[in-house]
Amino acid sequence: MGPPRSAVVAGGGQMMGWRSLMQPHRIVLMALFAGLVVWCAISLRWDWIPEYTPLAIEGAWRTIWILVVTTIAGFLLAIPLGLAQAIGPWYLSVPAKTFCTIIRGTPLLLQIWLLYYGLGSLFPQIPWIRGSELWPYLRQAWPYAVLALTLSYAGYEGEVMRGAFAGVNKGQLEAANAFGMPRFTMFRRIWLPQAIRNVLPTLGGETILQLKATPLVATITVVEAYAVSSRVRSDTFIVYEPLLLLAVFYMIIAGIIALLFRRFELKTGSRA
Amino acid sequence: MTTPDMMAREKQAQAEETEAIRVTDLHKSFGTLEVLKGVSLTAHKGDVVAIIGGSGSGKSTFLRCINFLETPSSGQIVINGEEVLMRPDGTPVKRRQIERIRTRLGMVFQAFNLWTHRTLLENVIEVPVHVLKVPRAKAIERAQALLERVGLGDRADTFPSYLSGGQQQRAAIARALAVDPSVMLFDEPTSALDPELVGEVLTVIRDLAAEGRTMLLVTHEMKFAREVATHVVYLFEGRIEEQGPPDEVFGNPKSARLQQFLKTVG
Repeated sequence: MGPPRSAVVAGGGQMMGWRSLMQPHRIVLMALFAGLVVWCAISLRWDWIPEYTPLAIEGAWRTIWILVVTTIAGFLLAIPLGLAQAIGPWYLSVPAKTFCTIIRGTPLLLQIWLLYYGLGSLFPQIPWIRGSELWPYLRQAWPYAVLALTLSYAGYEGEVMRGAFAGVNKGQLEAANAFGMPRFTMFRRIWLPQAIRNVLPTLGGETILQLKATPLVATITVVEAYAVSSRVRSDTFIVYEPLLLLAVFYMIIAGIIALLFRRFELKTGSRA
Repeated sequence: MTTPDMMAREKQAQAEETEAIRVTDLHKSFGTLEVLKGVSLTAHKGDVVAIIGGSGSGKSTFLRCINFLETPSSGQIVINGEEVLMRPDGTPVKRRQIERIRTRLGMVFQAFNLWTHRTLLENVIEVPVHVLKVPRAKAIERAQALLERVGLGDRADTFPSYLSGGQQQRAAIARALAVDPSVMLFDEPTSALDPELVGEVLTVIRDLAAEGRTMLLVTHEMKFAREVATHVVYLFEGRIEEQGPPDEVFGNPKSARLQQFLKTVG
């Protein structure tokens, strides 16, 4: 029994990669990079790591789940926002357009602060909110962080999806119509997947941007990956090492996002 | 006792039973431009009706009105004995009725219009599985057979964009066949193809004609129309200028316009 086909393809790619890597100028560059890594490992201070490992894992996990939750929720909001703008009547398209314009026209940091300090200080004054079962959550910072990042992603992707819906080839929908597809089936099976497929590369990029927007929530006391590095800095006065490690962390996550989106693209036939 | 009146009525009833499509006095305007000016046409089961005419004659519009891809302005359309209920402005009264009728009309487009995000097999099973609710395994088995039939059995898992125009059009024909259509509608199926790819598509259509499928075929391929059609309709500026059996229409055209048309395309 052989390995699955995708593995074979990937393996083949690596073999090709090895051959092209074995060229003098590339070997020199790789040696330089390896030297840099070794130098970092030897001459920089890493003795703080054991103490902060639990906190770092917690922070990294928080960054990841905030990213996943806000992109998924934001994208689910972006679909109706895009659809309303693409084909909606004015009383749907105008509010959708206004929402996207406001979100895209103001800094995310401002949105986070407005929600946290605005809503967050308004809610305690309303007795039935204070008394509700949601209050234990609403008095924490992370719901406001999740809300702000979700709305931000929805605003940007709503605009992307507007173009995506409008850009689907009319013949694709006409074929669905000609075979008697009910409207919702057509939306679910043809229009939405085609729209998403056409903007997958854009969505991949936007998701990486969303990842890099997550450190902003550290400003409202959510302890995610960046906040951990700040904590190390203020506790130990070690500046560069935590930041270097943080950069590597973000690069790994960004790489995973890029890989995931590339797999989607391959699967839907949008990448030839 | 049978009276002549009863016999006539019986004959009428029989004729209706064999009718696949009856279009009566169909009008269609785009704004102030009247594209169809009262077209009537009846296709019986097993008929292959070729619709020919110059560009702008309304032949594609006529075909697209039959399954309401274009909304007729007025007229009557009866498909397999069922009249499509239309409002005075031509829009269908019930979308459900149109959807149900459409599932029995296999349409093949000039630009193929295969769903580009699905493989050939997925294209062919899409309507059976998600509209007609055929069990998936059964639909796949049938789709595979249909793809074999149009010569694409080994391409079932390929996306349309990897195929030539001729292959895509053959797959589109398989997709139309998958709904077991009572009538197939071909809207200039070879007009977007490179000349060397036309033949393979015509071969498939010729096979379908030979097995007695009811088809309406808008085409520019005059030789092909003459060969496969049982009835030829020549449209000129939104009206039927001349119609009849292919040998008469092509061999002995009566209208001066048709004579001129055949000279320019022939």
